[in-house]
Formats: sequence, C-alpha cells, structure tokens
Amino acid sequence: MSTLSAIDEHNDHHDHKPKGMMRWILTTNHKDIGTMYLIFSFLMFLIGGAMAMIIRAELYQPGLQIVEPNFFNQMTTVHGLIMVFGAVMPAFTGLANWLIPMMIGAPDMALPRMNNWSFWILPMAFAILLSSLFMEGGGPNFGWTFYAPLSTTYAPDSTALFVFSIHIMGISSILGAINVVVTIINMRAPGMSYMKMPLFVWTWLITAFLLIAVMPVLAATVTMVLTDKYFGTSFFAAAGGGDPVLFQHIFWFFGHPEVYIMILPSFGIISAIVPAFSRKKLFGYSSMVYATASIALLSFVVWAHHMFTTGMPVAAELFFMYCTMLISVPTGVKVFNWVATMWRGSLTFETPMLFAIAFIVLFTIGGFSGLMLAITPADFQYHDTYFVVAHFHYVLVTGAIFSIMAAAYYWLPKWTGNMYNESLGKLHFWASLISVNVLFFPMHFLGLAGMPRRVPDYALQFADFNQLVSIGGFAFGLSQLIFLVVVIKCARGGEKAPAKPWEGAEGLEWDMPSPAPYHSHTTPPVIK
Amino acid sequence: MSDEKKSRDASTGAALKSKNSVLMAKLFSAIVLMFGFGYALVPLYDVLCEVTGINGRLVNDNREASTAVDESRMVRLQFTTSVAPGMPWQFKPKVNYVDVHPGENTVVYFKATNQSNLAVTGQAVPSVSPGIASLYLNKTECFCFEQQILNSGESVDMGLVFFISPEIPQDIRTLTLSYTLFNVTQPISKPSGDLQAAL
Repeated sequence: MSTLSAIDEHNDHHDHKPKGMMRWILTTNHKDIGTMYLIFSFLMFLIGGAMAMIIRAELYQPGLQIVEPNFFNQMTTVHGLIMVFGAVMPAFTGLANWLIPMMIGAPDMALPRMNNWSFWILPMAFAILLSSLFMEGGGPNFGWTFYAPLSTTYAPDSTALFVFSIHIMGISSILGAINVVVTIINMRAPGMSYMKMPLFVWTWLITAFLLIAVMPVLAATVTMVLTDKYFGTSFFAAAGGGDPVLFQHIFWFFGHPEVYIMILPSFGIISAIVPAFSRKKLFGYSSMVYATASIALLSFVVWAHHMFTTGMPVAAELFFMYCTMLISVPTGVKVFNWVATMWRGSLTFETPMLFAIAFIVLFTIGGFSGLMLAITPADFQYHDTYFVVAHFHYVLVTGAIFSIMAAAYYWLPKWTGNMYNESLGKLHFWASLISVNVLFFPMHFLGLAGMPRRVPDYALQFADFNQLVSIGGFAFGLSQLIFLVVVIKCARGGEKAPAKPWEGAEGLEWDMPSPAPYHSHTTPPVIK
Repeated sequence: MSDEKKSRDASTGAALKSKNSVLMAKLFSAIVLMFGFGYALVPLYDVLCEVTGINGRLVNDNREASTAVDESRMVRLQFTTSVAPGMPWQFKPKVNYVDVHPGENTVVYFKATNQSNLAVTGQAVPSVSPGIASLYLNKTECFCFEQQILNSGESVDMGLVFFISPEIPQDIRTLTLSYTLFNVTQPISKPSGDLQAAL
C-alpha cells in the first residue's frame, strides 16, 4: 500500500507538465493527443465544410456564376480528401486515444512517443495539401479517387504535393493503428478478456487491422501515380504497356476497406450509447463482434462494385454483386441488435441518444441505397450520378459524422468535467437532422433523373432540387457552429459532471472521476 | 523517462516493453508486406487478365494459322481506331467490319498517315469488346506486334491477319476490335506529358 501512495504522489508531481505550446508539442499523454486529434479534425471539418459551401453556392443555379470549372473540380477533390483523411479518420483516432486506455484499464497508449508523432505529422500533411491550392495551375482537380490518367497525364503540376501529403496522412494513420493494436493486445487490465472488451474497443481493433492492411496499398498507389507522372514509368499508361483500369482495381482494393474504416468505430460508439440510454445491456454482444469481423473480411472481396461499368465479364460482376449484398447481412444483424436493445428499454432522449437514433435510421437509409447500387444492371443507370453522392453522404455524414457527434456529447462530461448545455445540444441535433435531410435526400431524385456528379453546371430541369439541396447545405453548415459553441461553453465551465453522468452507462471510464485525471488507471482496475 | 512509466516498470514494465516492441515489429513488417502487395497487384492483374480475358486485352498472339473452320455460323468483327493525345497521325481501318466463319484466316488493313512534319514512331494498343471475346480472337500477324516509324507525310497500309476460334460461345455474334495509336517517338518510358510538350 505504501508503494502505491508513493506512486500517487509521484504522479501528482508529474501533473506539472510544461506550460504553453511546448506542453502540446511534446506531450505523450493519450488525453492531450486525443484532444489535439479531435480539435484538428473539427478544424478540418470546418475547412472541408467551407469547400462544400462553395460547391453548393455554385450549384445553387444552373450556369457558371461563382467559380471557374477548374476551381470547382479542386473544391470537390479537396473537400473529399479533407473530409475522409482530415475529419472522419482523425476524429476516430482522437476518440480512440481518449477512450481506449480508459476503457481497457490501461495507464496510457502502449507507444506514447509514436503517438505524438502520428498526430504532429498530420497538420504538416494538410498544410502541404492545402498549399497546393495556391500553386500555379491549381491543386488536385481529379476527384478524391484520383483516377489515372486524370492524376497522371492530365494532372496539374502540383500533383507531387498531393502525393506526398497522402503519404504523410497514410503514415500517420498507420502509426495510429499500430499503437491501437499494441495497446489493445498488450495493455488490457488483468481479467479483461477479449470478449469482455467494450464494443468501441473491438471495432477499433478490427479497424486498426484494416488500416494496417490497406493504407500501405494506398501508399503504393500514389507512389505509382508519382512515378508515372514524373519518372516515366507506365503502370497506368497504355502506351507503355500499362492499364488505367489497373489503377481502379488497386485504388478500390484500398478504397473499399477504407469506407469500413470510416464506419466500424461508429458501430462501436452506437453500441455504447444505445444501451446507456435504454438502461439495458446491449442485445447480442458476441454477434456484434462477429458481425464486425465479417464486415471487415468481406470488405476485401467487394472492391470491384465501384467499377461495374468498366467492362468486366458478367461472372465477375455477379461475384462482386453477391458479395456486396452479403455485407448487408452482418450490417443488418447490427441494426436489429440496436433496435432490440431499445425494445422495452426505459428510454430517455438526451442529445447523444438522439444522434444515435438518427444514426440508426439514416445510416440504414444509406445502407439501402448502397444495396440498390450493388445491383449490377441498376448500377449502370446510377453510376457517377448524384444518387451515389446521396448514398455515400448518408453513410458518411449521417453515419460516421453523426456517430462522432453522439460520441462527443456522450463523453464530453468525462473529458471536461462539465455537463454540456442540453438545450443547445438538442437545438444542434434538430437543426442538423432537418437540414441534413433537406441537403442529401433530394440528391437521390437528382441522381435517378440522371444528374451526373462532379459537374459545376447542369441541365435546367435539375434547378429546383439543386436550390433546395443548397439551402439544406447552408443550413447544415451553419448548424455545426452551434456544436462549436456547445463544446467551447462546456470546456469553459457549466454544471459539474459526476463521475457517471448517464444513469445507464457502463464501462471502466465511468469509474474515474470527471474530468478524467491526467493519467488513467495508474493501478490496473479489477474486472468483474 | 517519465515517472508514470517508472510506476509501470515497478510491476510489469520491462516485460511489457519488450512485448510491445515485438508486436510493433510484427505490425511494421505487415505494413512493408502490404506495400509490396500493392506493387504485386500489377503483375497479378496481368496474369488474371490473361487467364480470364478480363478487360479485353488481346492475349492470343500465338502466330499460328487456324486449321479447322466452323462454316455453320458467321461472326462479325467490327474495327474502330483512335489516336492518343499527342499522336499526329491519321489512323483508319480500310473496312469497318468483316463477317467471318470462326476458324477462317482473314486479312484486313489499317491505313496510317503521318500528318506532322517530323518522323514519328507509333505503337498500337488493341482492346476487344466484349472483354471475354478476347480469349477467342487470335492474331497470327499484326502491326501491333511492333512499332511503326513514319516520316513526315508518309502513309502505310498496316496488315492484321487473324482468325476467331471455333470455340467462341454461340451467343457472341459481334466483336469489336479497337486500336489506339500512341506516340512513342521518345523512349517508351517517357511520360506522355513530355511527349505532348515535345510536339
């Protein structure tokens, strides 16, 4: 006992960390790094969102009025890159940093110095990417999927900057993923067996393996683009014996697991929040784990459903169609489990729960439109239309982003020690919910009517719906400023939060005081 | 070393640290492996295309004439041509299509004219649609087997000798053979951006 109290005194002493900027630059603390990831991702969310506002302003009316087509293309490209690599992925890594050590009873992440690096190279990557917009000839304008030859033969001179920024983002994600895997496998408190881990930890473990498997493939792809454009190789150039379709195969071999990287941690978040506000145990814990693992495995054999119109043999199209549809089975298991958890629970509807329920409903809509896109013959009609845009925004905005919002509201009291303002939170939720549907739902109809994606101008018959979509877009963008206000107010003060502010919440993080002490579980907790 | 680490060292420290390093090393080697796999997809894709005929890449350059002819049916082979950006040639098939019996050896010609005032080397790259039909289109002689050099203003008729395998499925009645001509005046390894600049 005496040694323990000595350690406690020691830690108290250690809490006097360097002041000012140096604290944040040198920190190896998982909470500091988690906070930086979350702030960074919100900043990127606002920058990427501002680009979306430019896109929607241009599309408010048919014809070209605000920006040049080439700049419009840069906006769609960089909006996609920033939201995927700058907003969603770092937000999940931030949540992982904050929560995984607390949830598994570890004092910190396993590799704290690497953790510091994996965060601090991220702002460099985005500084490089954003600076390319100001170069002569402009920034990347070939879509976030950077298909060759758009990204090789016809790409702007700044493409090398794009490639290097993707390299750095990739290294950052890989380091983060390694840290998560090592932490979860080696640092669990005694008695925390794999099947006792919270689902957020499970989903992140599987996500980290996906990252380790596919981020290097993305690095290989961009390296091939780099050498094709600047060093005379012909991976994707038909004249030299290469094949541009090969690019799509390699890219989507990365790209499809990537979309699950952006949704699996959401499943973990929702699986924590729904039981807490239903005051019931999660229905079907082990089926959730197996469903997550099957989604991850299936994600490696569906990539060509992004390429149905490239002229594949019918047998291959059928294979990828059926595999894609198969994914709806484990995903359905999850949705039914969440609904079954709420069934006959004593529900309350605080902001995290509202976002979680909206996630379940709207993510399912996105899943259904995905199922429609999976049908090969129908996909020939939907391919590259606004229907696809509607689909992936339903799964990424009302899916991934809503779950991140839910997580932020749910754990903010633990992070800051203060309760957030519930009425402002609810205002943020309802404003977001309504505007996001005004924004993305009409896109389904635009797509079915044949409006192509990635165009700065469109035929007159699409004008009314586009105006509606733009109004929804501006409203959704403004609604996110409410969230900024809520978080700032909550960080500054407010009603003090108890250790466990949510009656039905479960998990080791709620055994710690709020705000969570600088060092988590310095002595391993006892797992029942 | 931070105090917090020391506190872990007291109980589990050194053992945990080496366990972490071993796992980290394993994960890093997985990453190197997957980076290599990204590159390995390039030859894998070529092999897959050859075996399955995905993508309409012509693979049957066996250069041996056909012997058996299936006179019970006809297959139409259509020709289409294009020139890649930066290629100053006119390039057209002499006939737009031919109707042939499977197994019948046939000759067709394509006409190329160099419209620039420089000597230019061209390389034609074929593609067949539907992709699966590429397995049944056999070229015994083709101008695409080698590069062509045309002086300024020069024209040439380029021959293609082919037959369609009698094993071609009954439901394939029309094939399209497309050629794209690329300017390869500089060594092939130069990116086409430079080629355009050179013109």
